[in-house]
Amino acid sequence: MAQDAKFEAKGRKFDVVGSRPIRPDGIDKVTGRARFGADMTMPGQLYGKVLRSPHPHAMIKSIDVSAAEALPGVKAVITSKDLPDLSGGDQGMKDNLINTLARDRVLYDGHAVAAVAAISNSIALKALKLIKVTYEALPHVTDVDEAMKDGAPLVNGGAITSGMEPAPTKKSNIIARHQFGHGDIAKGFAEADIVVERSFTTEATHQGYIEPHACVASINADGFGDIWVSTQGHYNVRTTCSALLGLDSAKLRVTASEIGGGFGGKTVTNIEPLALALSRKSNRPVKMVMSREEVFRGTGPTASSSIWTKIGAKKDGRITAAHSIIKFQGGPFGGSLVDMGAMAAFACYDLPNVKTEGYDVLCNRPRLAAYRAPSAPMVTFATESVVQEICDRLGLDSASMRIMNAAKEGTKSSYGPTYGPIGIRATLEAAKNHPHYSAPIAPGKHRGRGMACGFWFNFGGNTSVSMGLNGDGTVALSYGNPDIGGTRASLSMMAAEELGIPYEKVRCVIADTATLGHNDITDGSRVTFAAGLATIEAARDAIKKMCARAAKTWGIAEDAVVWEKGHAKPAGSNAGKFEPLSLKQIVAASGNTGGPIAGHYEVFADGAGVSFGTHIADVEVDVETGKVTVLRYTVFQDAGKAIHPAYVEGQYQGGAAQGIGWALNEEYIYGKDGRLQNAGFLDYRIPVCSDLPMIEAVILEIPNPGHPYGVRGVGETPIVPPLGAMANAIAAATGVRMGSIPMSPPRLLKAIEEKA
Amino acid sequence: MSNIHVTTTVNGDVMEFLCEPDESLMDALRDRLSLTGVKEGCGSGDCGACSVTVDGRLVCSCLVLAAEAEGCKITTVEGLAKGDKLHPLQQKFLEHAALQCGICTPGFLVASKALLDRNPNPTEHEIRYWLAGNLCRCTGYDKIVRAVVDAAAELRRTA
Repeated sequence: MAQDAKFEAKGRKFDVVGSRPIRPDGIDKVTGRARFGADMTMPGQLYGKVLRSPHPHAMIKSIDVSAAEALPGVKAVITSKDLPDLSGGDQGMKDNLINTLARDRVLYDGHAVAAVAAISNSIALKALKLIKVTYEALPHVTDVDEAMKDGAPLVNGGAITSGMEPAPTKKSNIIARHQFGHGDIAKGFAEADIVVERSFTTEATHQGYIEPHACVASINADGFGDIWVSTQGHYNVRTTCSALLGLDSAKLRVTASEIGGGFGGKTVTNIEPLALALSRKSNRPVKMVMSREEVFRGTGPTASSSIWTKIGAKKDGRITAAHSIIKFQGGPFGGSLVDMGAMAAFACYDLPNVKTEGYDVLCNRPRLAAYRAPSAPMVTFATESVVQEICDRLGLDSASMRIMNAAKEGTKSSYGPTYGPIGIRATLEAAKNHPHYSAPIAPGKHRGRGMACGFWFNFGGNTSVSMGLNGDGTVALSYGNPDIGGTRASLSMMAAEELGIPYEKVRCVIADTATLGHNDITDGSRVTFAAGLATIEAARDAIKKMCARAAKTWGIAEDAVVWEKGHAKPAGSNAGKFEPLSLKQIVAASGNTGGPIAGHYEVFADGAGVSFGTHIADVEVDVETGKVTVLRYTVFQDAGKAIHPAYVEGQYQGGAAQGIGWALNEEYIYGKDGRLQNAGFLDYRIPVCSDLPMIEAVILEIPNPGHPYGVRGVGETPIVPPLGAMANAIAAATGVRMGSIPMSPPRLLKAIEEKA
Repeated sequence: MSNIHVTTTVNGDVMEFLCEPDESLMDALRDRLSLTGVKEGCGSGDCGACSVTVDGRLVCSCLVLAAEAEGCKITTVEGLAKGDKLHPLQQKFLEHAALQCGICTPGFLVASKALLDRNPNPTEHEIRYWLAGNLCRCTGYDKIVRAVVDAAAELRRTA
């Protein structure tokens, strides 16, 4: 893979990196002082609430807001008329506008139709009940296979499929087709001694962050405005809201609150444009906080899928060909990220002949948002199930067969690029050599062990970092990505490492959109990689300036000064001639040597190294109820370089837990009426503490050439293998191979009974 | 209907507020008394983010009416530390990296304290079942359980 050779830390002994200091935002978060989205108030604020569609697909014939407007305490009511279409041909922005507030039709149960701002929450809720909407129901479809059939109701008018040769002449719900691969799969399957093909389905899941969406917005008549918001990307909130409301970006300052989880679900706007529109209409600040039901009905979720996978292999286990057809339910606008699924499906393996086809399909479900390694868990479930079935039928060792086929440096990946140094083989070998793999399963009935691999691309992207140096030897580090799981700590550590000062001397803040240059969304496991790279380079920029000041002080050439352990030292022929100057000394005297000293760096960070992991799961199945208990679970993953190992482990454990939840319980359940039936944490069951065992996290470090310290993103890959690992463990425990996720008690019990 | 006057003791201080008859204790603590360490994750008693103790009993404050707090003693996450000295649970949550986003942390701390007040030496099994009413989406619970085990040991040492 084309990567800048930035890695330069081979054999370097780190002072700070690799240790486990307490996070700088820690005390605020254990004392209740940390301010999340709903914890902010603005003077004179109103409370905003949203009216949502009860229909999955309907025309809006009329909306009468007069009674709501007349209710005492109501200060503004908005409908789509208050958000004129300013998208100017930008289809993505148009979809965003339609999703923000329905226009002539509603596209899913939960679609926003109108919004109210009032002096209290209770008055706002009363006002919603007074809004009269007349709907004319349209036929709907919520299942991806149904939506692809001839004669299916066309969602949002349907589309001419892109990516088809020749282009279809008729509109359908298939909005796009994607294809990847290389070699000749027909030839590869002809060479195989065994060919296994299976069909799979997975249900939609929600990111399930515990903090509902929340914001407070204020906008003045002159267009100057502020939003405080829980988001993964406040620059994106600024861009989107400015475009939807016709505001100057510079006038709209967006401040990211602490964020109570996102996992991809807070990469898009939902209530933020509504809060601004209500504020503009009422001339008051407006606070909006979603209910949990609204979060389920109106935000997220991930795609549901229908996947067919076929793999052929020689008797020794060598894969000769792989083919997958992947259909993703893409909500009312498409954008299911099925292309990423088609790219990721076989990325773990070195395949001579491979083909994947992806279909992005419109359905009457909420607009999709990314969910942690979006698309990879579903396609990997299919791949790892078939790989395991081949292992089992050939009587091969699960780890050895995967090692035989694992991609390595120089492998042409199934999605195109040729890999640089990667960790799939290392994670498999670590798994094979780990006591978990060799230990017998603890005795008990219907117990089994499964393993699976997983891959994620990792992102880099647009990143700005600024670093102010203070006369007392401390450093103020500003970056532009909400801290979703400890990045203040990891960036402070990299700054301290590079500057040669203690970790405690760095104060790390998340700048608002008016204070620092653009930063892409906190997604793609990008922040510790990209903002980390920028932090190191900003520190080097500051060091260069400090060395120049020292040179000026000493009256020697700038290139005759080196930076070591937090001090400028004379080098070469001047070595030892002057006492070293500390960061504190140089900055304290900076008024006499040219003024304040700051470091900064702006970059489009490429070279985010790809990431691989392998998971092993032991389960017990209660064959009388279908309930699955996870007995033991181990994660092996390449981190490139673990900056703060405790938070790397936390990503592995948390991702595995989300994957286990997806595998065993979580699903969006739609009735025939097209309405979501389980919009709450009682019926949409995420794993609780008593559902899980300890999750062992094994960190491997195969340096990423694209980062000075070798860092790879770690956040997303851990959710990829669990679906396959759990399916393989359940198959080993029961002899039942599940083709549908979730493997919830009723579904698994039915499968067990059908087999018996 | 007019608002109700409530006098209650919160984190050791006598406090008064007016609330609507159908207002939850969670909303009153957050909006009337500015105790925003009490978090709302669901409003239906499923996530435990709003956990507080009322007269020593662990409750989801979203399921308690504010008016019911009359004359009660309430403890929230804001009441756990003694001045600048963190409660051992708070300290161990930090040392074990038992939080990622931190939104569930106040509820976990309050619930864990309620457990250790009753059972100073809980098994991992007992901890997992006691905390089953508190949802965390980030950590997979591993480091939370370890932090509670470690805090319990610390409290036993200093008791």
